[in-house]
Amino acid sequence: MDKRTKLDLQKKATQIRKYIIEEVFSAKSGHPGGSLSCTDIFTTLYFAEMNVDTKNPKDPNRDRFVLSKGHCAPALYATLAVKGFFPEEDLYTFRKVDSYLEGHPNMTYVPGVDMSTGSLGQGISTAVGMALAGKIDKKDYRVYSILGDGEIEEGQVWEAAMAGAHYKLDNLTAFVDYNGLQIDGNITDVMNPEPIADKFAAFGWNVISVDGHDHEQIKNAIETAKTVKGKPTMVVCHCVKGKGVSFMENNYAWHGTAPNQEQRDQAISELDALMAKIDKEIAEEA
Amino acid sequence: MGKVATREAYGKALAEFGADERIIVLDADLSKSTKTDTFKKVYPERHFNMGIAEGNMMSVAAGLASTGKIVFASTFAIFAAERACEQIRNAICYPKLNVKVCATHAGLTVGEDGASHQCIEDLAVMRALPNMLVLSPCDEIETKLAIKAAIEHDGPVYVRLGRLGVEAVHDPDTFKFEVGKGVEIKEGTDLTIVATGLMVQESLKAAEILAEKGINARVIDMHTIKPIDTEILVKAAKETGLIVTVEEHNITGGLGGAVCEALSQNYPCKVKMIGVEEKFGKSGTPAALLEKYGLNAEAIAEKILAAKEA
Repeated sequence: MDKRTKLDLQKKATQIRKYIIEEVFSAKSGHPGGSLSCTDIFTTLYFAEMNVDTKNPKDPNRDRFVLSKGHCAPALYATLAVKGFFPEEDLYTFRKVDSYLEGHPNMTYVPGVDMSTGSLGQGISTAVGMALAGKIDKKDYRVYSILGDGEIEEGQVWEAAMAGAHYKLDNLTAFVDYNGLQIDGNITDVMNPEPIADKFAAFGWNVISVDGHDHEQIKNAIETAKTVKGKPTMVVCHCVKGKGVSFMENNYAWHGTAPNQEQRDQAISELDALMAKIDKEIAEEA
Repeated sequence: MGKVATREAYGKALAEFGADERIIVLDADLSKSTKTDTFKKVYPERHFNMGIAEGNMMSVAAGLASTGKIVFASTFAIFAAERACEQIRNAICYPKLNVKVCATHAGLTVGEDGASHQCIEDLAVMRALPNMLVLSPCDEIETKLAIKAAIEHDGPVYVRLGRLGVEAVHDPDTFKFEVGKGVEIKEGTDLTIVATGLMVQESLKAAEILAEKGINARVIDMHTIKPIDTEILVKAAKETGLIVTVEEHNITGGLGGAVCEALSQNYPCKVKMIGVEEKFGKSGTPAALLEKYGLNAEAIAEKILAAKEA
């Protein structure tokens, strides 16, 4: 990945992070921590990988995406809006009663959303279903899904893992947002799901571990997954919950809490400073 | 004519209508019992065993349906409607996906496996879900036509099927099936029995017993539990007075509940509800269980006589 591409992706990611803060601030509720955590996975998928068409969101040959950790809808919506599926100003209606941007994603009325999710553990199963359909129809689309590291405490995730390996779904690539925190605290204290990579490997998946904030590493993992035949791939992404906003980083209190005006202002000013730094680097690069 | 279980009729119907390549069938290690193996023999490439993991099966069905497939997902009613209830609710009904949950071994007549496997709450649970169509056919031809209707219906469907062989209630050559329309199968003026599933044949026999005592009972086969046919119920209430519901299901929230909801809002009248009376089942032969729980023709007739006199 060349430097300019990296900087462009960083710029997108920073814009998405700003929108995450604005969405949750406007709604006065929502999940900023996990959304900021998985932003770079979204950025890589939608701006460096996935075959999707904002003019034809239901194209039968498109790549699919399932947000298994549906509560990180702010990151999904911000990504889809920046990509052009719907107007960016609609993000400010998030979680409001007449908005189509529900607290958790609804496929029936949000352009670009391929599956309604929110109940943890189910999204990855639906992704298995989509990948199975791709095999049945001999289509070459790929299916992507993001899981939370707390989410994998759900038994259904392992049922889905078994099924994905059993049916040799090498068109399926999933990501675990491994930030180590869930609502009640550290994942290892609440209900330890570790060792995560070893568990998916034992279930018959190809497993790749990456820095979940390094777009190049994420992109390389996606490319490697495409070359692996006969098994699905799990990309274990080492992430920082709340990434990009100093006071939210590594603090589980920000799992499902909205910032107040002062906190929102500070978060936006930190992200603006980061954006200015990226812009400067882009200018120097040119 | 020999008896045919509705699960057998389901397997045959799947094989018969299975040429449609959009149809995908999922099972959870019970394909010989649910009879989806009848489909598998003809279309093995479109039958997928999801193992003993019903929750995952329902969500996988949703994923398949999101790509344009018509997905049939089968297991025993207890594991479909109750173990995987939340998956059916959130992954299938909420996004209104084209999944047909065809649940076999409903009711007490599962028999010897006992209470853990006898689902007597599925109609109540499934009928509470928005977007869900709930069908409960009573014999071979009605099951075949219900499956055809399920294929044609765009959206989620729950079909309640039984293990036990049942008599032919309808004439296979002339029977017309319409979703949401109950079928009057016996005329009558003194009261109306509204039955579903296996209880239709028992209710017809109960009506014969009542006829011997000079009571002329109308019998309605209510194959669609949701949406319930309010029109046929109001007509019956106006013409015959007493309404009796009969179901192989707990007395709470099933057919009886649906009928009471419809009548109380449109034409309040006396309703006698016959079903499993807030108890779990037991091991035993189907016949012994129907007798023990008061759901064979004799017991139904007896309860109706008591209600008539009350």
